[in-house]
Amino acid sequence: MIDFAHPALLFVLGAVPIPFLKVPIRRIYLVLVPLLGLLAVVTMQPGSYGATQFLGQDILIARVDKLSIVFATVFAIMALIGTVYALHLSHPGQHVAAFVYVGSSLGVVFAGDYLTLYLFWEIMAFASAYLVFAQGGQRAIGAGFRYLMVHVTGGVVLLGGIILHGHSTGSFLFVPIGEMGPGTYLILAGFLLNAAVPPLNAWLTDAYPEATVTGAVFMSAFTTKTAVYVLARAFPGTELLVWLGTAMALYGVVYAVLENDCRRLLAYHIVSQVGYMVAGIGIGTEMAVNGATSHAFAHILYKSLLFMGAGAVIYVTGRRKLTELGGLYKSMPVTVALYMIGAFAISAFPFFSGFVTKSMVIAAAGEDHRALVVLALTMASSGTFLHTGLKLPYYMFFGTDRKLQAREPPANMLVAMAMAAALCIAIGVFPQPLYALLPYPVDFEPYTGSHVTESLGILMFTALGFILFLRALDPENTISLDTDWFYRKGARAFMWFAEKPVARYEQAVSNASETAALPLLNRAARAGLRIDVVAVDGAVNGVAHSILRGGGALRRLQTGVVTHYALAMIVGVIAATVILAVAWR
Amino acid sequence: MIKRVVDFFGEERYASQRRRLFYLALVLIVIADFLVPREHTEYLWDRLPGWSAVYGFVSCVLLIFVSKFLGHQGGLMRREDYYD
Repeated sequence: MIDFAHPALLFVLGAVPIPFLKVPIRRIYLVLVPLLGLLAVVTMQPGSYGATQFLGQDILIARVDKLSIVFATVFAIMALIGTVYALHLSHPGQHVAAFVYVGSSLGVVFAGDYLTLYLFWEIMAFASAYLVFAQGGQRAIGAGFRYLMVHVTGGVVLLGGIILHGHSTGSFLFVPIGEMGPGTYLILAGFLLNAAVPPLNAWLTDAYPEATVTGAVFMSAFTTKTAVYVLARAFPGTELLVWLGTAMALYGVVYAVLENDCRRLLAYHIVSQVGYMVAGIGIGTEMAVNGATSHAFAHILYKSLLFMGAGAVIYVTGRRKLTELGGLYKSMPVTVALYMIGAFAISAFPFFSGFVTKSMVIAAAGEDHRALVVLALTMASSGTFLHTGLKLPYYMFFGTDRKLQAREPPANMLVAMAMAAALCIAIGVFPQPLYALLPYPVDFEPYTGSHVTESLGILMFTALGFILFLRALDPENTISLDTDWFYRKGARAFMWFAEKPVARYEQAVSNASETAALPLLNRAARAGLRIDVVAVDGAVNGVAHSILRGGGALRRLQTGVVTHYALAMIVGVIAATVILAVAWR
Repeated sequence: MIKRVVDFFGEERYASQRRRLFYLALVLIVIADFLVPREHTEYLWDRLPGWSAVYGFVSCVLLIFVSKFLGHQGGLMRREDYYD
């Protein structure tokens, strides 16, 4: 085991000390863990690690090959960037959740069997849900519960598929699926849900804009891209994915026209961009899978940069609707410039990262004689620039001056954005290191004369259309109906029946806790206080403090605040992982 | 430096300069598209110089108006308190 340090354990166990560290040291520690994670990923050797048996089934904790390494590399880089962006936070909760989230994503990426995969898959859902709950307020908590509900349902579907599949093939090893059966279709459905493929996309655009400013940055990177990874591993060359991917590339773009919330607009563009990856995996040729993988790599960096830019605006102004923003370029020029680098990268301008990755997917579709896919994906590229490169920055930073009091965000936010921006340009200018990481040898030259002029033609004439029809694009004070309508409206009928008994039960429980549990906890806390007062010397003082803190924490368990419950779940998850780690050894 | 570049795109007084630069860029791109060598042509449109400009513009206009049509006439856009 010495030759392989599992980066998932590094992050999950690394999350444990965070709440106990004081601020200056905590910040150093927070940066150190992702750096170590990156080091672990960069130095790891391909092979199989942690093969064991569980309930008579073969388990493979970590399988390291080129496909898993490329995803793990960008996950580790993203963990570093996201952590730097969140360094100013004073409460440790979000850091803990983010580390567990990153760690479990890495766990999925290295999982060699379906049971390990499923375990980390579920942890991911709970840890990321915390980042929504942590925002607080009725809207975020509602969105967080819907997010959890959808992912738990998806998890059950996935588990059902895994069991059926394991039964029919006799193995739980996570390898490319041969024949499609009922089990594999369920697994595919579970994967497609996390990839936000319509009609299973609404959880993403519902929850991401409600997450905290820093949490949304992590969320934009990990859940959908682990789904892209598992699809690339298990379902390359599945024809259905070509059409789902192409449709979702356009689906996201259409909704982005209608959207007024800046981060929800960006969330619809995650749907659109993941469409390219899903389509590439569906095409399934070496070039297409390379394209999908490299596009996922580039996407994580530029999309997080865009979310960081929009997050900075929300952080500074407290506003999120395009109809309420405008004129910020004077007070936030650096944010504008960094955001625009992300916008150029997602739009695939030459010398930005999207140019060298997205074109590989489209070229692979062309080589596979899929004219319709080429045309649809090219149209979606036009829409991408139209929204993230033109509409959003125009209404957010330029446009009508709303006379908002604004300033540049804290330095750590700008540094994180600059890191992502530097990588967006570096990949665009020097694509070879990224190409070398890809699962198959790359025989593709993005910088040909006709490709450059073609891309510029598409993009700049999109800009012409934008300028000519600017007024038609004015954001409106509306929300858009998506497939979450079915469970948001459908749930009403269900709730009508459930509300009364549930409310009564809730009442009974809280009565019991108020009469029995609370006084007990209060007494415990008071006892802690008394010990603190009585004992004067330093050593005893420390113990007393921790008892007091423990009493406070116990009391907080009774508050009914949902973030605390979510935190408790994460603590449980960490404990489970520790047990797993011990059992593994 | 960054501030000056950003200001160039924001300030009203640079508007005409911006417009002239933009149209110049459009013309240059189309001219360049006629001049570049095209060795690998798979589809009909690969051989048409200026195709990408037309397709980009048409895509943009289509996306704007089809989406807004779906939003307004198709009933996708609702008041903000729709779910409350």
